[in-house]
Amino acid sequence: MQFTQEHEEIRRTLRAIIDKDINPHVDQWEEEGIFPAHRVFKKLGDAGLLGINKPAEYGGMALDYSYAMVMAEELGHIRCGSVPMAIGVQTDMATPALARYGSDELRREFLAPSIAGDYVACLGVSETGAGSDVASLKTTARRIGGDWVINGGKMWTTNGTQADWMCLLANTGEGPVHKNKSLICLPMKTAGVQIVKKLDKLGMRSSDTAQIFFDNVKVPVRHTIGQEGMGFVYQMQQFQEERLWGAISAVVGMERLIDETVEYTRERKVFGRPLLDNQVIHFKLAEFRTEVELVRSLCYRACEEYLDGQDVTTLASMAKLKAGRMVRLVTDGCLQYWGGAGYLWESPTARAFRDSRLASIGGGADEVMLQIISKMMGTLPRLENR
Amino acid sequence: MKFTPEHEALRQTWKTLIDREVNPHVDQWEKEGQFPAHELFKKMGDAGLLGVDKPVEFGGSGLDFSYAMICSESLGLVNGGSIPMATGVQISMATPALARYGSDELRREFLAPSISGDYVACLGVSETGAGSDVASIKTTARRVGGDWVINGGKMWTTNGAQADWMCLLANTGDGPVHKNKSLIVVPMKNKGISIVKKLNKLGMRASDTVQTFLDEVKVPVRYTIGQPGSGFIYQMQQFQEERLWAGAGTLMGCERIINATIDYTRERQVFGRPLLDNQVVHFRLAELKSEVEALRALVYRACEEYLAGKDVTMLASMAKLKAGRLRREVSDACLQYWGGAGYLWDSPVARSYRDGRLGSIGGGADEVMLQIISKLMGTMPRLGNR
Repeated sequence: MQFTQEHEEIRRTLRAIIDKDINPHVDQWEEEGIFPAHRVFKKLGDAGLLGINKPAEYGGMALDYSYAMVMAEELGHIRCGSVPMAIGVQTDMATPALARYGSDELRREFLAPSIAGDYVACLGVSETGAGSDVASLKTTARRIGGDWVINGGKMWTTNGTQADWMCLLANTGEGPVHKNKSLICLPMKTAGVQIVKKLDKLGMRSSDTAQIFFDNVKVPVRHTIGQEGMGFVYQMQQFQEERLWGAISAVVGMERLIDETVEYTRERKVFGRPLLDNQVIHFKLAEFRTEVELVRSLCYRACEEYLDGQDVTTLASMAKLKAGRMVRLVTDGCLQYWGGAGYLWESPTARAFRDSRLASIGGGADEVMLQIISKMMGTLPRLENR
Repeated sequence: MKFTPEHEALRQTWKTLIDREVNPHVDQWEKEGQFPAHELFKKMGDAGLLGVDKPVEFGGSGLDFSYAMICSESLGLVNGGSIPMATGVQISMATPALARYGSDELRREFLAPSISGDYVACLGVSETGAGSDVASIKTTARRVGGDWVINGGKMWTTNGAQADWMCLLANTGDGPVHKNKSLIVVPMKNKGISIVKKLNKLGMRASDTVQTFLDEVKVPVRYTIGQPGSGFIYQMQQFQEERLWAGAGTLMGCERIINATIDYTRERQVFGRPLLDNQVVHFRLAELKSEVEALRALVYRACEEYLAGKDVTMLASMAKLKAGRLRREVSDACLQYWGGAGYLWDSPVARSYRDGRLGSIGGGADEVMLQIISKLMGTMPRLGNR
């Protein structure tokens, strides 16, 4: 992976916004249980950062995926997991399919303002009974005249209470489960969309996560992204980027925590010498750094192969799996060396500890990654033997 | 890392040679406790495999280090660790300093026949009291007229019973320990060299490892590689390639064992279904494969940065550390699923288990890698606090 001046430029631009407009407010947002998505996204949009690899016609920079990956990596400088996740939903989870397959009209209406930072997007895939197991979702869109009439509900929707539109996956036909779904752009102000509650979570406290019901919600059929019936396939492609995003976005956060633990344990004296001077501590931190570089290398390699046009399902799933595992190990390990200070609610270690627990669950649980990898290895049993 | 058709051709040449000339004989060599280095290296030399990254003037191919890395990776196809290790000593441990800093005369005399496969080389660094802690070696070379007169001994010398020459590190002066050493080419037939014993090891059974004594051994001063007094520095550079070699060499060996375990557990029926169909088995194998791909990504990334002229001490040490850890984890986990069959001396997984154990010891122990990484992270305590 060879990085250019342009990659560095993106890192610098984003870093400046993080230092000036995000990090000084994170503690307050965490306390309030929500961050001002429209205000933050507008700043990012003005700097061109919400459409790095999106088409220029809709305000994007039309750069390749490596630039988007660099942005995801740099988001790790934000001092919490919530805001990076919300931005990731906007850039890499709710919009790739629209950018790739949406009609010009639909892209003008929803993609352009999402890139500008005027619209906040959310992704409506998971339901109470269907998360990692996407094919079994129950929400339906029935065609009546020129409209879809949508009934059902979505769960775990990040950005859900603030979003202007949802990239919704619904059953639009009766066929086999992989061929009966469509992705639909759904304005959240439409009659019948009901935000039932903001969920109270273990971590990711400044991110709003909603449960949503749909009761005879009408949207025009022209809001369908790409081909009707192709929703599952589009979503699977969209997942590929989501997983790489999930992996690379964990890297800098881990490094930051390791660095802060180095500083803390260097200052903290126990039995007359810096805590860091204990070999068990500096060796453990060296081991963590090694694992972080492994995750980073795997992401760079997957990105390189992705740009080369190869199918990176296996590598992206491996990266997501390993990132989820590692971020838990690192946050838990570092918290230990901070002792009581790390156990305080507002300490960076405690926040990282609770935020990172989601990584092995969201965007496809570890066990789903293992299933995908097993499938690609040809070792998944036939159904009747599972 | 972009691979070319030349890299692929090199992989293919290795595979053909290993299938034909190596794997059919490994079981016998393991039993005999030694492999015929001259006979086998000659075949490798004839195929142009021993000097891919060595200067063309001395019979090499003049390619970059990525090709040497492919040699290491390809050798993972050998059913056992001994031959890859012995070949690695010849290609990437005993000869890089000679190729880079040796005089033309010295390279004609020792490098050229090592590339053609006529000479077997060994590396004389470790001693009974100095392994990973290289600076504290005790062997001395005293200048008498135009000769070095060498006294001392070397330990853990791979290829030592068969080698034609040794790349020897000795103290040639009285200065500080990092500036008083030289690398010297020592023909193994010289008077005063006695091979005390071939060491009996837990694994790597087909590789000859010896202890050597040097008693008033005379070699001409012109056998010094590069500058006298620079031996420590040359050796540290040589270690960089040795460590990358070790990282790359672990990849296919691990994959070979994982694949063999898939084959075995697919055939083996337990409670009426293939053992592999147990989720705990195929998920574990998926996890191990993910770790292998992460290591591969790290090795390729380190190689890329090395070729770009960067100092890769940190990444190479991380790769070596992870390789040592992972090889043990893979062998141990796979052996478990083979049950009693895996516990048999001649099973491939038992061989991997015993051979793989050396990965965390040879070429700088895991703990030395952790020390190097800690040093580069700036977390190593001052001497007084260790």
